[in-house]
Amino acid sequence: MSMTLLKTGALRSALRASAPTASKRAALTLTTTRGKATLPDLPYDYAALEPTINGKIMELHHSKHHQTYVTSYNTASDKMQEALHNGDVQTQIATLPLLNFHGGGHTNHSLFWENLAPKNQGGGEPPSGALAKSIDDHFGSLEKMKEKFNTALAGIQGSGWAWLVQDSQTGALQIKTYANQDPVVGQFHPVLGIDAWEHAYYLQYENRKAEYFKNIWEVINWKAADKRFT
Amino acid sequence: MSTTLVKNSALRSALRPTAPTAAKRAALTLTATRGKATLPDLPYDYGALEPAISGKIMELHHSKHHNTYVTSYNAASEKMAEAVQKGDITAQIATQPLINFHGGGHTNHTLFWENLAPKSSGGGEPPSGPLGQSIDKHFGSLDAMKENFNAALAGIQGSGWAWLVQDNQTGALQIKTYANQDPVVGQFHPVLGIDAWEHAYYLQYENRKAEYFKNIWDVINWKAADKRFK
Repeated sequence: MSMTLLKTGALRSALRASAPTASKRAALTLTTTRGKATLPDLPYDYAALEPTINGKIMELHHSKHHQTYVTSYNTASDKMQEALHNGDVQTQIATLPLLNFHGGGHTNHSLFWENLAPKNQGGGEPPSGALAKSIDDHFGSLEKMKEKFNTALAGIQGSGWAWLVQDSQTGALQIKTYANQDPVVGQFHPVLGIDAWEHAYYLQYENRKAEYFKNIWEVINWKAADKRFT
Repeated sequence: MSTTLVKNSALRSALRPTAPTAAKRAALTLTATRGKATLPDLPYDYGALEPAISGKIMELHHSKHHNTYVTSYNAASEKMAEAVQKGDITAQIATQPLINFHGGGHTNHTLFWENLAPKSSGGGEPPSGPLGQSIDKHFGSLDAMKENFNAALAGIQGSGWAWLVQDNQTGALQIKTYANQDPVVGQFHPVLGIDAWEHAYYLQYENRKAEYFKNIWDVINWKAADKRFK
């Protein structure tokens, strides 16, 4: 079923006219206004990633799931600010898991939309330059890296993500899985992520998650990953 | 969409004309042959829990998801038996998470199918006897307990289950959430469980999980819970 579900917005109209430039892509990242999180617009239509990921999934995933992380993060953020203001340590600590989960959810999904692209915007085109070289150095080849990545995805017990990450100390690449909405922080920074939560694929792939993991590489936006590689 | 998907087998034919007796119900629990787990038959058709849970979900949930836990548990069990036989501690410890996840998945789903029933077999009929009394004592009322239970379900961050459990030391009832497929073991034993993994509801309810949590009480089999309450 092919649906063209247009997400209208001034930003999207501007983007639709031309392929997103680097500055426009930067503008999509983790938008906040005075500490508040906001749902970023997608740089493509909901149906643009078909047949890999259908328009219904993209619409629910962005306008419901990601939106809920944004709203819930803002609520948790308000609660934390108040608890800090009051010096209420117990409430601060009780609020930490909500910041982690919803803030992580917002972070992860914002990065995810950026590292996906329709084929006519470069989705699926292999990386080149420094990142590609590093992938070959670390994994032997892009195909071998994808194999390991998909094995990691298949091994997630519950909900989570797999990320190609870069070690902030050594520059080395690694594939790591993160449970639930735990974001990539600390020693590693994110290069490329794939959502393994069931809501990311179930309406289309049902229990056949290996098929989803195999297909999604067709719409991976390596240009976004290139920019994250330092 | 109403589907009648009949799960054929001798056991189901025997069960269909009458409500399952206690003996037959006991036979359905956690079947294993010489240490091997086997997928228990459902005591009702896939379509029997509609409209609360669709037949398509029941079919996938039982014949794919639960069956995969059974198969994977058996593989992990063999691996563990071999590692124990060889005294290979590293391999034993590496296999533990697989036993926990897949064995837990098998355990949880087996209990789940038992504590669901079509309305025609008592699904949704409130508990009576000692369990009914204990619920009133601990929570004030059945509805108050359901509110707490649904709040617990809604608060799960990722995949997991909520259980009404009984404390083995004190006999007290409690609502607890368990992440991923962690089973109810140790100090508590399970009385009633509800699956909050997205695969349990997504095809029908999409992101509207609160609606699923509200509706599933229509097909909860309190008679099974009664039998688990000491």
